[in-house]
Amino acid sequence: MTSVAERDGKGDGKAGRMTGRTPLAARRDLGWIGIPLVAAVGLAAFWLLPDDLALLTRIAASALFVLSLDLVLGYGGIATLGQAAMFGTGAYAAGIVAVNWNNDPFIMLAAGGLAGGLIALTTGALILHARGLTLLMLTIAVGQIVQEVANKARDWTGGSDGLSGIDPAPVLGMFRFDMYGRTSYLFALAVLVVGLLVARRIVRSPFGLACRGVSEDPLRISAIGGSPKSYLVVLYGVAGVFAGMAGALTAVTSGIVGLDSAGFPWSAEALVMLVLGGTGRLYGAVIGTAAFMGIHHILAASDPFHWMGFIGLFLIGIVLFLPGGIASGVERLGGLLRGPSQNNGEDRA
Amino acid sequence: METMFGIAVDGVAYGMILFIISVGLSVTLGLMRVVNLAHGAFAMVGGYVASYAAQEAGLPYAAALVAAVALTVLATLPLERLLYRRIYGSANELAQVLLTIGLTFVIVAGINYLFGPTLKRIPLPELLTGTVELGPKAIPAHRAFVIAAGAATLLGLWWLLERTDFGIRLRAAVDDPAMAAALGIRTERLYLATFALGTGLAALGGVLGAELLPLEPYYAIRYIVLFLAVVAVGGAGSIFGSAAAALALGIVDTAGKYLIPSFGEFFFYAALILILFRWPHGFFKGRTA
Repeated sequence: MTSVAERDGKGDGKAGRMTGRTPLAARRDLGWIGIPLVAAVGLAAFWLLPDDLALLTRIAASALFVLSLDLVLGYGGIATLGQAAMFGTGAYAAGIVAVNWNNDPFIMLAAGGLAGGLIALTTGALILHARGLTLLMLTIAVGQIVQEVANKARDWTGGSDGLSGIDPAPVLGMFRFDMYGRTSYLFALAVLVVGLLVARRIVRSPFGLACRGVSEDPLRISAIGGSPKSYLVVLYGVAGVFAGMAGALTAVTSGIVGLDSAGFPWSAEALVMLVLGGTGRLYGAVIGTAAFMGIHHILAASDPFHWMGFIGLFLIGIVLFLPGGIASGVERLGGLLRGPSQNNGEDRA
Repeated sequence: METMFGIAVDGVAYGMILFIISVGLSVTLGLMRVVNLAHGAFAMVGGYVASYAAQEAGLPYAAALVAAVALTVLATLPLERLLYRRIYGSANELAQVLLTIGLTFVIVAGINYLFGPTLKRIPLPELLTGTVELGPKAIPAHRAFVIAAGAATLLGLWWLLERTDFGIRLRAAVDDPAMAAALGIRTERLYLATFALGTGLAALGGVLGAELLPLEPYYAIRYIVLFLAVVAVGGAGSIFGSAAAALALGIVDTAGKYLIPSFGEFFFYAALILILFRWPHGFFKGRTA
């Protein structure tokens, strides 16, 4: 979030609340540890928390979704409240494919990714010329339309009853989806780790750097011969593939797809998770999702409204005191430990 | 014919409620450039205060209305000082969305803690429960009252912004905040006053519209998309744009519910996309567009 505020705030001295940004090199160091760490912690959780595998599976699938939002927001600077449109489309596509034609989990993932990517490319080309409130409204509207179509296409999607009866075949023909959710969790974790690796490759490619450039200074990108909008549309489409796969992953592991998977609250929640973790870091998406859903699991057991109050206060606190999310707090601590000289650039103006 | 008349009355009344609430959002968005997702929560707070004042404290409707607006404004003014002031300006869009979503969650949780999750009503006085004869037709008195209140709000705001000293300063600050400050306009006070105006309008709309947008803790989240849609189509900062957008929206939505109940929302959002695709700054271009 820091970086988005900065990027949009060029030329406006007041807006750049945090002068200077984490040097790219320092971020890369942490990013390198990040993905193996996710895999290790994920595997450790598999042994340590055998009773909570359903929750852990949901966390892994949601983290992939939040990761797609990080690509859009953290690297493209596109503030969106409609990312669930792609998630829902992917989930329904995977579910429909499984119920009607082929229930191989990898084919379901591919179907979800394809559907999510297609819908993101089409809607992205339509709406990404806008900025600010207009763009927020357009993304919300796309999400609502997807939800409404899913609601009306009752024969295919089950409407408000949800699409059930998805029974994925064993992974690679060997590992059945057991009732304890062991296969589900390991499958979801594997997809998440592969997703993180691919996303990392994408954001560090020339294309990823160009997208960063667009979000920092679109004018300069067009001056050196790039087309800012087409970069953003492609990025939106790529993120749509990730979101669609996340939806498909949810369909595979839970066996049911509901209307709320394309709803506005789900988009907003993903945004909250991403910001809790920190944008523009990839692994921030995983941290944020785990923190959000873990705390939710504990607090909402008593009363969902306590949970809302807590997460609301937390959000306000993050915006006011830790504009880079949990990950930036960790990085700042790291900076403090390494010595004050490196931390100078991160002090508030 | 009878249906068309019913649609027109209900649609206009619904549109007026949307207008009263949304125009507050439009004014704050136009001046402070804050995407205030907590605006719906402020309307809900107004409604709950009025409901409490009328049902528990036994105040008459008019007194409950005044108390609701006054208390909501008083309760939200510290928020302007403590929270909103830090996120003014279009550079902080994401911070605005997050902070105001957070605030909405806190208010929803607080309202549920104080008043419980059940639906709350604001009992109408006898004067508003009957019907009003308009030539050969009769319309419910409450609808007539809402329409009149909406029209009065529209005229009052127009007068306030176009004909008073405050309005001149406000428009100057919208056009160029830095220059306005340099000319000696105290923009901070102006922001505070405008914020109060915005929340006051939200509370007013929340109370008047309690019959059409029922009061429950999720009110704040359920209807904010509607209010934002009105502002996006009407253009931030434009009063008449908001009014036209809210009325069009109210009538289309009501007609959709009466005539084609299964596809109302779909057409609404499709129209929204088309309008914003063609006119990204709102169909009725605002001052700040």
